[in-house]
Amino acid sequence: MALIATQSLTKTYPGGVTALSDLTLSVEPGIIGLVGANGAGKSTMIKTLLGLLTPTSGRAEVLGLDPTTAGGQVRARVGYMPEHDCLPPDMIAAEFVTHMGRMTGLPRTVARERASEALRHVGLYEERYRQIGGYSTGMKQRVKLAQALVHDPDLLLLDEPTNGLDPAGRDAMLTLIHRIGTEFGISVVVCSHLLGEIERICDSLIAIEGGRLLRADRIDAMTTGTDVLAIEVAEGTAELSAALAQRGLTATAEGRMLLVPLTEEATYDLVLRTVAELDLPLHRLDQRRHRVAELFSTATPTPSLEVSHV
Amino acid sequence: MSDQSVIHDIGYQRYTGTRLGRGYAARSLFEHGLRISFGLGRSAKAKIFPWIVIGMVSALAVIVVAIKAQTGEMVLSYQDLPATISVVAMVFLAVVAPELVSRDLRNQTLPLYFSRPIRRSDYALAKLAALIVAVWLLLAGPQTLIFLGSAFTAADASGVGAEARGLLGGWLISAVYAMVFASLAVLIASIASRRAFAAGAIVVVFMVTSPVVGLLIALGEGRAMSQIAPMFSPFLLPEGVRQWLFGTSFDVGPYGPVYGLVTLLLVAGCTSLLVLRYRKVSL
Repeated sequence: MALIATQSLTKTYPGGVTALSDLTLSVEPGIIGLVGANGAGKSTMIKTLLGLLTPTSGRAEVLGLDPTTAGGQVRARVGYMPEHDCLPPDMIAAEFVTHMGRMTGLPRTVARERASEALRHVGLYEERYRQIGGYSTGMKQRVKLAQALVHDPDLLLLDEPTNGLDPAGRDAMLTLIHRIGTEFGISVVVCSHLLGEIERICDSLIAIEGGRLLRADRIDAMTTGTDVLAIEVAEGTAELSAALAQRGLTATAEGRMLLVPLTEEATYDLVLRTVAELDLPLHRLDQRRHRVAELFSTATPTPSLEVSHV
Repeated sequence: MSDQSVIHDIGYQRYTGTRLGRGYAARSLFEHGLRISFGLGRSAKAKIFPWIVIGMVSALAVIVVAIKAQTGEMVLSYQDLPATISVVAMVFLAVVAPELVSRDLRNQTLPLYFSRPIRRSDYALAKLAALIVAVWLLLAGPQTLIFLGSAFTAADASGVGAEARGLLGGWLISAVYAMVFASLAVLIASIASRRAFAAGAIVVVFMVTSPVVGLLIALGEGRAMSQIAPMFSPFLLPEGVRQWLFGTSFDVGPYGPVYGLVTLLLVAGCTSLLVLRYRKVSL
């Protein structure tokens, strides 16, 4: 059964703004990235899936239920983390998450237990007995995630979960989302305007722009399969490129980085040896998937998907 | 057995137990609202004001009981009490109603509620019910204190019975006050997202008609105008109902049932507008 399916889903706001237009897609359970620029219709899509907005035309199905008619049933099985600030500063995190657990139907003691568990899973331990007002942005994001997770949903809808976080916080949040999707066995839809950021953790991607679907597919169907090795040196990028070419590795420049196709394990050692022999200061060496962004840049006349350089 | 305890990370556990429905969630929200009204489960700062108010009305009840015990005279009847402390109750509402509803608007917490199984109307009604009960407790609490004091000093069982009947009447009047006051206050607070504005607006709405109504009563001097005018003041409307039901307040002439009807319409109107307000609220 498809996790989420929509058929010609269209949402036009009273002001005449079309946020979603004729969107037809179907995605399987897993971690799903919903990418698009600001204003592409990601939040509208999420709210429609929650049954908070009624589509103008077309229909949607979440976990096999129609959110317009069975909104309550859908919402009982879904956890939602909004994009904006939504926490009462003068409440204690543990109490707030407990309250939210009860609001989703957990009996009192269960709600308290699961609130502690959820906060622990998102990485808040002793801090959970403090007032939310004193939390850092990173901790607030974690509480927002915990309140979405407290009732053990079958699907999490996360709207820009990395908003306002520093690079380390972003990485931690993405790792956490990846764990939720894999270890916890909960499907996740994660919205972002940063494709480069979420493509690492997603099984499938839905890309929308101006309310229209660009593409929805499994990520392995989008990428050609080859991983690349990104190398960044403080100086001597050209020398390195030439040296790598001598050893039979074709390096393509991307910004200050060199990208080398990672065909076998030995490539790692080869690159490291080359860098060492040239005695260059190595800044970065990491393996990454082929950038999905390239697949969209041809589909869109105006490339509006920001690609983060993480 | 090792004598060192070890914490094991047992990983994420799926939940397979009971999930209660909308009704339970709405009840939980009501309970939460009632606790917030009295600052329970919140910081010490949030407790100061409600408990000062409770201290004031309790002190009043203790004084009444003390006078009764000394002189045998009841200086303040059960039904008089709500009118005596109605201004205090209004100030309580001006502080607590924004705590209950404006805070959720201001902190943008509503999307978290509405992305759960409860409906928007459940939210609105649970908040309203919490505030009605909070105000009722504020008014009925001292009445109950007076009853307890009086019952212990009563001469015989019939005396206790009379006190109990008086208390029930007092509770009923308190309920009328609570419904009128709370439904107005929640509706006003649900429109303003800033607590200070909400508090100010509540005081203004409650007080604005008072001078006009006072003037009309004075001018009317026992004629129809002075019997009808009090209807337009939230402070006097419940008193009119009291006169209609028990005949223990000011003269309302033949308009007693009208007071009952206006009260009903006011509460129903405010409740419908409140539900409508949350149906329209943008997330």
